Amino acid sequence: MADLSNKERMALPMVEMPLHPAEERVKNFDEVPIGYSPEQAQQEAQRCIQCKKPGCVPGCPVGIDIPGFIKFIEDGDYAGAVKRIRETNFLPAICGRVCPQDKQCQIDCVIGKKGHSVEIGSLERFAADYERKNNIRILPDIAPDTGKRVAVVGSGPAGLTAAYELIRNGHAVTVFEAFHRPGGVLVYGIPRFRLPLDIIDSDVKFLEDMGVEFVYNMIIGKVLTLDDLLGEEDFDAVFIGSGAGLPKLLGIKGENGNGVYSANDYLTRIYLMHGNLFPEYTTPIVQGKRVGVIGAGNTGMDVIRTAKRLGGDVTCYYRRSHDQAPARAEELRHAEQEFINWKFLSNPVEIITDENNNVTAIKCEKMKLGEPDRSGRKKPVGTGEFFVDEIDTIVFSLGCNVNPIIPSTDKEVGINRWGIVMVDPKTYQTSKEGVFAGGDTVTGGSTVILAMGQAKVAAENIDKYLKGEISWAEAKVPTDPDSPGVIWDVEMPKKKKDKIMKENVDHRTAAS
Amino acid sequence: MSNRYVQSFKILDKKELCPNTYWYEIEAPFIARKIEAGQFIIMKPFKKSERIPLSICGWDREKGTLHIIVMSAGKTTRDLNEMQVGDCLSDIVGPLGQRSHIDKYHDACVLIGGGYGTGAVIPTARDLKALGNRVIGIVGARNKDLLLMVDELKEVCDEVYLTTNDGSIGIEGFVTHALEKILEKEDISYVLAVGPVPMMMAVTKLTEPKGINTWVSLNAIMVDGTGMCGTCRVTVGGETKFACFHGPDFDGHKVDFDELMKRQKMYVEVEKKALEAVGK
Repeated sequence: MADLSNKERMALPMVEMPLHPAEERVKNFDEVPIGYSPEQAQQEAQRCIQCKKPGCVPGCPVGIDIPGFIKFIEDGDYAGAVKRIRETNFLPAICGRVCPQDKQCQIDCVIGKKGHSVEIGSLERFAADYERKNNIRILPDIAPDTGKRVAVVGSGPAGLTAAYELIRNGHAVTVFEAFHRPGGVLVYGIPRFRLPLDIIDSDVKFLEDMGVEFVYNMIIGKVLTLDDLLGEEDFDAVFIGSGAGLPKLLGIKGENGNGVYSANDYLTRIYLMHGNLFPEYTTPIVQGKRVGVIGAGNTGMDVIRTAKRLGGDVTCYYRRSHDQAPARAEELRHAEQEFINWKFLSNPVEIITDENNNVTAIKCEKMKLGEPDRSGRKKPVGTGEFFVDEIDTIVFSLGCNVNPIIPSTDKEVGINRWGIVMVDPKTYQTSKEGVFAGGDTVTGGSTVILAMGQAKVAAENIDKYLKGEISWAEAKVPTDPDSPGVIWDVEMPKKKKDKIMKENVDHRTAAS
Repeated sequence: MSNRYVQSFKILDKKELCPNTYWYEIEAPFIARKIEAGQFIIMKPFKKSERIPLSICGWDREKGTLHIIVMSAGKTTRDLNEMQVGDCLSDIVGPLGQRSHIDKYHDACVLIGGGYGTGAVIPTARDLKALGNRVIGIVGARNKDLLLMVDELKEVCDEVYLTTNDGSIGIEGFVTHALEKILEKEDISYVLAVGPVPMMMAVTKLTEPKGINTWVSLNAIMVDGTGMCGTCRVTVGGETKFACFHGPDFDGHKVDFDELMKRQKMYVEVEKKALEAVGK
């Protein structure tokens, strides 16, 4: 690669991620971005000026050496690039696709100050895909067997990451999954047009090759309690990564109408149970012609675009403005390309049903923006003006509460008033000895990468705990029921922590 | 995989109880070790099947098996009923839901099973008996050939009433007629009804004026059974509850049966399509 000056690099145009055209992609569930070619990746990599003090790295919850791997790509050493990423990130193919780069690594990219930041996510995805397609992934070094056993609850992003870190340190790891297949939210909650199954499955296979044991159809708390795991089953520690699963509703009239789904229900029927292939797969999904989706977060975008692919005429209702939509910029952009009707500043107040309890219409109040609320965003306030849209199917996409099964079956695991599992923010120990937790279980609902970042820190501390370097007695687990739960604990600039904290608080109070 | 947590879900025994309704003994040692009266399982006979909830009529903790009754109703139950001894189900998860809410009561406990729901009341009847209660069973069906699990229920009850719509055996009419007869004779502290929704509703209507503690087991439509999807929402005392997590037993006097019955019709049309697609 020619030596370019920073000025020359900064003048290079961004390489747009090639996408399948919207008219075509709304007819199938294929992945929307096509991915960079090696030439495109190298070209985009040239835009990185290799900052001495990069703004991107502190924005990454797992602290990837971003300029480092980009340099490898620029030099055409793609295997070197992925090797560098893998030093800190176990799931790059997934993160390259689903991380909110616009709010994390790319937000402080110096190139982005004047133009568009370097496409870090697209480059990460390129490197990971290169590795998978060329089958060049190598097993990392595994420390000698410590004789310790760790149970990991849940096979979502937190569970998979914890399993990886723990087995590398020489501990035996068994992952217990409640569903019949691995992946957790990566499978049931993220559409195939964003994250194909073979990517998730290849990461699981990799863990199996490393010696991680996976068990399905096991609901920890029910079939085995935490006490069983730590007692009779002889595990030395447990990591809970069982996620946020209990869907929120609005508490408005008509929400138990036939044709009202939670996003979890809707997406699970399709992506876990393959309801879109009914009747070959026998899980039904009943979707009428006119579909209303309530909420404009990432999951809202996933539902909207899924409903479109199932042939719906789709409208998104969101009580705040377009600019306040919490979705990842790319998801919002892709959804906007896919022929969706948008009703911002529209707050659903009632779902109208007929005599058979079937949904017929949605009634909304028009909103306007008022004073900033505790999240710092201008608060939507009612105008007293209402409208009614005829509708056949409604999907609530308002986020989730933490899955209650483990805390309800083990009272030693402390939770706050939202059901979030309380942990020591440094070590991720819970109030029960030997039990650690991370991911949505301790945040109440966040991102894949944040769950991974926490799982990694938790796994490091499980390792220390098993080696006797830290003790449970010294853990500082909050007991105040108003304590918000862990927001972020890797080295992040304060302003970003604040931003995420506010989003999380807002997320939790969104339905109230 | 060869790890010790893998359960085979193999069918060890199968008996026809009446046309289209079978009793199974299935190997699931971890679930069998933990399951309690009132809890349920979710199963998937084949890889491509829907997940469906099933109540449990018994278990053998030593042997590591579950006993279930399956009546062919939709596609998934028909598929299951075609499986034979030696076949393995694709997936079973459990135990799910909360155990039956029981105690030592002053007066009699009446356990009512309608159709395939009869099996489900047996474990609760056994537990009530073990607590020293007087336990009365009522089993109802359209005719005597469709009555299920009568002998098994008799083993755990002090008395069992049979009702048939055609009067071919026992009291002619519905389970509520037997319940009325019991009420004429003695006081009742506790009622549990498991069966078709209209039957459970009729039972609650009868006990409500008398203020009898009445529970119904709601086998609403479920997908994941862990509270994750919210498909099994049911309104109880004006609040939305998830049958899979908060239930399956609920205070029958607080359940919005009208909404529940309408919600159960949500998938009737597509279910027909599933059956048509396989030419059944």
